[in-house]
Amino acid sequence: MKAPGITHARSTSALLYLSGVSVSFDGFKALNNLSLLIEPGEMRAIIGPNGAGKTTMMDVITGKTRPDSGEVVFDGRADLTKLDEANIATLGIGRKFQKPTVFENHTVRDNLLLALAGMRGWYQLLMAAPSKAENDRLEEILSIIRMGPQQHMLGARLSHGQKQWLEIGMLLAQNPKLMLVDEPVAGMTDVETETTAQVLREVNKSHSVVVVEHDMSFVRALGVKVTVLHEGSTLAEGSLDQVSADPRVVEVYLGR
Amino acid sequence: MVTRFLWQGMTRNLRLFVLLVLAVGILVPLSNLLLPADSAFRMPSWAVQLVGKYLCYASLALAVDLVWGFCGILTLGHAAFFALGGYCMGMYLMRQIGTRGVYGNPLLPDFMVFLNYKELPWFWHGFDSFWFAAPMIVLVPSVLALALGWFAFRSRVTGVYLSIITQAMTFALLLAFFRNDMGLGGNNGMTDFKDILGYSVQSDTTRAVLCFASALALAVFLVISAAIVGSRFGKALTAVRDAESRMRFLGYRVERYKLFVFVLSAAMAGIAGALYVPQVGIINPSEFSPGNSIEAVLWVAVGGRGTLIGPVIGAFIVNFGKTWLTGALPEVWLFALGALFIVVTLLLPKGVVGLWNQFMNRSRERRARAAA
Repeated sequence: MKAPGITHARSTSALLYLSGVSVSFDGFKALNNLSLLIEPGEMRAIIGPNGAGKTTMMDVITGKTRPDSGEVVFDGRADLTKLDEANIATLGIGRKFQKPTVFENHTVRDNLLLALAGMRGWYQLLMAAPSKAENDRLEEILSIIRMGPQQHMLGARLSHGQKQWLEIGMLLAQNPKLMLVDEPVAGMTDVETETTAQVLREVNKSHSVVVVEHDMSFVRALGVKVTVLHEGSTLAEGSLDQVSADPRVVEVYLGR
Repeated sequence: MVTRFLWQGMTRNLRLFVLLVLAVGILVPLSNLLLPADSAFRMPSWAVQLVGKYLCYASLALAVDLVWGFCGILTLGHAAFFALGGYCMGMYLMRQIGTRGVYGNPLLPDFMVFLNYKELPWFWHGFDSFWFAAPMIVLVPSVLALALGWFAFRSRVTGVYLSIITQAMTFALLLAFFRNDMGLGGNNGMTDFKDILGYSVQSDTTRAVLCFASALALAVFLVISAAIVGSRFGKALTAVRDAESRMRFLGYRVERYKLFVFVLSAAMAGIAGALYVPQVGIINPSEFSPGNSIEAVLWVAVGGRGTLIGPVIGAFIVNFGKTWLTGALPEVWLFALGALFIVVTLLLPKGVVGLWNQFMNRSRERRARAAA
């Protein structure tokens, strides 16, 4: 499906370009003149205290929330402020939610099948039989997320950790250019957290990734550039060691 | 490709059930026509008519279940589509009366002569031909559903707000059809039908054929619904029901999925209504009353929401109860209906079919334990 509304908003080599983005809810400025640049192939960790605007930023990028002002450009050509969720997903932005939302009445395999890149038109799906290529891809993803044995289990019966894995699997199935991953290790054990970091580094070889996370040891394990958000705008940017040495960041995190 | 599509949703249970529906639609009318009048197995004519009526209700229930049970759209106005199909059929049947009406006017139905109409309103043209009326039976409800659904789903009206809109739609139609200058018979509606396709609507043979046609329609709807629900589209549909915004973020145009089933379901309801009218012999605005749509939702809830067999069973159980109670204890019926609603909501969230499945699973487990 061709996404309508692709405008040559701005030419930039960045995969994702946010400039001067502001969003307010009833006077509360969730995002305040936020700018952010993600290069193709990059993995970026976004940290910040509660209410810093991390989730609102995700909402703006995926079309759930319209910004009051500012530019959001994907892939140097698509103006995301003019597109809706389905268009943006088709362009190649996938999102994993903070609270895992898998389809509870579908099996693990069907969850992945629904996420699988490609068919989205209702008339196609009426007649579609799963192709060999699709089945192979499903097997591949099932083995990456280590859920082969659970593939016929209903989403509702999975444990919290398994749901997180399935979500990551669904992102892989969607095969987006850019993955937005919101708190992937919330509620995970240390071992699971470690494995998740490995999987994300693996995924980053073929996809650009933006990870929002509170867990500092996880961010350290990722070992990528970090952006610190505070009160809706960028406070600091750099390696984890650089930003944690920044007195402003320390102040925001520890209070004054 | 079409056969594969139609076959993909047919589980063994459903195949048996479709055969059962067809068997009822064949055996009930045949027993009335072929067996001698004093045979204990002969269905009286009124029973054939009643079964035909129930079969139409069952089709309406299935239509409601397709949007509510599988797509999460709680429609409280589906009887409107049923009634619109019925009105299209009624218009055809009115034009068949011809000069046999009380006023003997070859062109104008009786109520128009009575209301001093000088010529036929424009929308009555063509309804003298069955081959014009038949597509209208499908088109009129579908187009209304398309228009309503287009605006509602595109604006992301969901949940109780959508229910209220559908309820308002059927109420608005009720008021509109009550008006005499609507040109559709006002509050008396249309009745005194004579022929359908040249056969008397009163005759036992015609009634038998209509009863069979209702069973056939229900069987076809079951097969189509099963194919849709069993396809990848069906998986997407139930995913929309369970987590609509998640589907948007996966790149699905949720509103198109909803619109497709909503329109299809309206068309099914329209056909059911068209088969209903010649069997009961009347169509009037009371068919639009909001209570009818709510009752249809109740049939689905009693039988089992989100199953294909459930709505059919629910429609039969509730309507059988209604026929029996309104005859035996007429004043109790509405209380019984209210009580049923409470009991089903509290105790049978998955309806009769859910109860049956639970029972089967338990006895299977018991057998497995006994074997082990």
